[in-house]
Amino acid sequence: MSGIPHDHYEPKSNSAKWIESRLPVLGLLYDTLMIPTPKNLNWMWIWGIVLTFCLALQIVTGIVLVMHYTPNVDLAFASIEHIMRNVNGGHMIRYLHMNGASLFFIAVYAHIFRGLYYGSYKAPREITWIIGMLIYLLMMATAFMGYVLPWGQMSFWGATVITGLFGAIPFVGETIQTWLLGGPAVGNYTLTRFFSLHYLLPFVIAGLVIVHIWAFHTTGNNNPTGVDVRRGSKAEAEKDALPFWPYFVIKDLFALALILAVFFAVVGFMPNYLGHPDNYMEADPLVTPAHIVPEWYFLPFYAILRAFTSEVWVVIIANWITGGIVTAKFFGVLAMFGAILVLALAPWLDTSTVRSGRYRPMFKWWFWLLVVDFFVLMWLGAMPAEEPYATFSLIATAYWFGYFLVILPLLGVIEKPLPQPATIEDDFNAHYGQSDAGSAQTTPAE
Amino acid sequence: MIRKLTLSALTALALSASGAQAAEGESYVKDYAFSFEGPFGAYDQMQLQRGLQVYTEVCSACHGLQYVPIRTLADEGGPGLPEDQVRAYAEFWEVWDDELRDYRTAAPADNFPASSMQTAPDLSLMAKARAGFHGPYGLGINQFFKGMGGAEYIASLLAGYTGEEKEEAGSILYENTAFPGGWISMAPPLHGGDVEYADGSSTEVEAVAQDVAAFLMWTAEPQMMARKHAGFVGVLFLGLLTVLLYLTNKKIWAPVKGRGKAHAAE
Ligand code: HEC
Repeated sequence: MSGIPHDHYEPKSNSAKWIESRLPVLGLLYDTLMIPTPKNLNWMWIWGIVLTFCLALQIVTGIVLVMHYTPNVDLAFASIEHIMRNVNGGHMIRYLHMNGASLFFIAVYAHIFRGLYYGSYKAPREITWIIGMLIYLLMMATAFMGYVLPWGQMSFWGATVITGLFGAIPFVGETIQTWLLGGPAVGNYTLTRFFSLHYLLPFVIAGLVIVHIWAFHTTGNNNPTGVDVRRGSKAEAEKDALPFWPYFVIKDLFALALILAVFFAVVGFMPNYLGHPDNYMEADPLVTPAHIVPEWYFLPFYAILRAFTSEVWVVIIANWITGGIVTAKFFGVLAMFGAILVLALAPWLDTSTVRSGRYRPMFKWWFWLLVVDFFVLMWLGAMPAEEPYATFSLIATAYWFGYFLVILPLLGVIEKPLPQPATIEDDFNAHYGQSDAGSAQTTPAE
Repeated sequence: MIRKLTLSALTALALSASGAQAAEGESYVKDYAFSFEGPFGAYDQMQLQRGLQVYTEVCSACHGLQYVPIRTLADEGGPGLPEDQVRAYAEFWEVWDDELRDYRTAAPADNFPASSMQTAPDLSLMAKARAGFHGPYGLGINQFFKGMGGAEYIASLLAGYTGEEKEEAGSILYENTAFPGGWISMAPPLHGGDVEYADGSSTEVEAVAQDVAAFLMWTAEPQMMARKHAGFVGVLFLGLLTVLLYLTNKKIWAPVKGRGKAHAAE
C-alpha cells in the first residue's frame, strides 16, 4: 500500500512475531490506527465515525429484533407489538433501531455535503466517492425495505408506490416489478424477500465500508484546505499530519458522544417524531391513506420524482420524440435516479483544479444554494402534489441538475480561485498559532 | 410542563399555527394538558384507572384492544391494578381459544378481545396512529413541545360532536369538529354521566373524554415511563462522557496547538 510515509509496525514480543509472520493482522491494525491524518481536519470530518457507529447500532439492534419478529403478513404487525410490550427492553431496542436509521441518514447527508464543499470527491479520491455512493444507494434500499417490515399502512402503501415506479419502465417494467415483489402485488412473498434482503444488505454495506476506508487510507484524507500532505519524507509528512490515534479517535469520540446524547433524548422523549402515525395501523390493501409520504430521508428525491407531471414541457417533448414511450411517470423515475447519478458523477463534472470550496469565491455561493435547495426539496416532498408546490418542485429540481450539469463544469473555467496555503502546516498554524515544536521549520504563508 | 416555562415563545408560535389550521375548517384539536406530556411527564394512575372504566363500560361495546395483554394492567407506570383485581377483571371478558376452537373466559395472560363491531377500529394504538398536531406548514416542529397530539385528538373527537346528523348511503353520520372531513359514523358515545367514578371525579363529557384518551395513550405506549427513564439515564451518562472526552481531547491537542510546552520538550 502506498500512501503517506509513516512508521510501520515492528513486532517486539515473541508471540507478536509469531502471529505477524503468519498473519500480519497486528501490522494492519497498527497501520489503520496510526494512519497519518491531516492535522487541520475540522468538525465536519467526524461523520465517518458516526456512520460507522450507526451501522454497528443498526446491525446489533436489528439482530435482536429479528429474534422476536415474524415475517408474515398476518403476524408481522402483531409481532412488533409483542416486541414493544412483552420483550424485555424491546421497546427501547425497536426505537433505537427506528431512530438509528434517521441518525444514519442525517450523518450520511452531512458527510456527502462535506465532500461536496471541500472537493473530497476530486482526484485522487474518485473511487472513495463512488464506493460511498454505492453505500448510500444500498442504505436507501435497506431503509426502504426495513420500513416495510412492520407491515403498517405506510409500509404497505409506500412499498406499493415505490415498486410501482419500476412498473413505469417501458417494456420490461412490469416484469421487473413482479420480480421485485415476488408476485403481482405487495403481499406475503414481498414481505419475506424484503426481510431476507434487509438482513443481508447491511453486511454488504459493511464490506463496502471497509473498501471505502481502504481507498481513502491509500490516498490519505482530504482536509479543509484541499492541499495534500507533503510526502517527501516522514519528517515532512509529520509537520502536516498527526496519527489517527489518539488525536482523531478522541476528537471523533467526543463528537460521537455529544451526538448520541441528543439522539438518546430523541429516542427517550419523542421516538415517533420522525415516523408516520399511519404506520401504527396494520396494513390494509383495501384502505388507501389520504397522503402517502415516504420517510423524511427520501423526500428530496421523492419531490424530484413528482415534479415531472404530464403538463411539464420537457416531459411533453420527451414523450413526443420517443413516440409515447417516455411517459410522465417514467420521466420522473429517470429524474429521480438521475439526481443521484449526477451526484455520483461530481468528480468528472467539476472542472476546477482547486479542491476546497474555501478558495473558490463563486463556488461557495452556488454550493450553499444547493444545500438550501436540498432542504426545500425535502419540504416539498412532504407537501401534497398541487400548486404552488408543483411549480416550486420543478424550480428546485432544475437547480439540482443545473448545479451538477452546468454550474460545476462552468465554474472551473470562469472562476478565479483565491490563493491557497502552501502547506497544511501553514493553515494549521494560522488558526492555532505555532507550536514551539514546529516553529523552527515553518515557512511564512504567502 | 417544562415547555411552558422555558419555551413559551415557541409554544405560542406553535399554538397560533394550529389555530390557523383550525380556521381552515379542517379539524379542531384542543391542546388538553395531559399529565404525561414533556420529558418529566408521567401517567396519572388514577386517571388511567378511570379511563379503563370508561373503556370497559362504554367503548368496548364496539371497539377492541387486541394488542394489549390484560396482565399489563398491573404494570408499574400503568394503571397499576393489584394482581387479584386484574384476575377478577380478566374474567369479565370472553376470548377465542384456538385450541378449544371455542370462546372461553379470559385469563390475565390473554389480550383484550378485538373489536366486536366490524367498522369500529381497534383502539390499542389509536393514540399513536393519529396526529392531532401537524405544525406550521406541516413541518411538525411544534411536536417538540406538544407531542404528536394523539390523546388530544381522541379527547377532542369524543367532545367534538355538534349534535348534527345526516344520512348518507344508508348510514347515519354525525358532525364532529375534530374528525377530518367533519362527519363520522361513530354515534356520540359520551353524553355526560355515562359512568360513575368511585373517586368522585367529574363525569362531564370533556372530563371523561380526557380520562379515556389518557388510558388509550397508555395502551398505545405502555412503556412510556420506562422509556423516559432510559432517556434520562442515557442522556446523563452520555453527557458525562461528552464532558470527559471534551477535556481529554483538549488536553491531547494542547501541545499540538501551540498552547502548551510539553511537546517542545522532547
Ligand atoms: C356504537 C359503537 C361505538 C362505541 C360505543 C364507540 N365507538 Fe368509537 N368508533 C365506532 C365506529 C363505527 C368508528 C369508525 C368511525 C368512522 O371511521 O367513521 C369509531 C371510531 C373511533 C375512533 C377513530 C376515529 C378516527 O380518527 O378514525 C376513535 C378514536 C374512537 N372511535 C374512540 C372511541 C372511544 C374512546 C369510545 C368510548 C368512549 C368509543 N369510540 C365508543 C363505534 C363506536
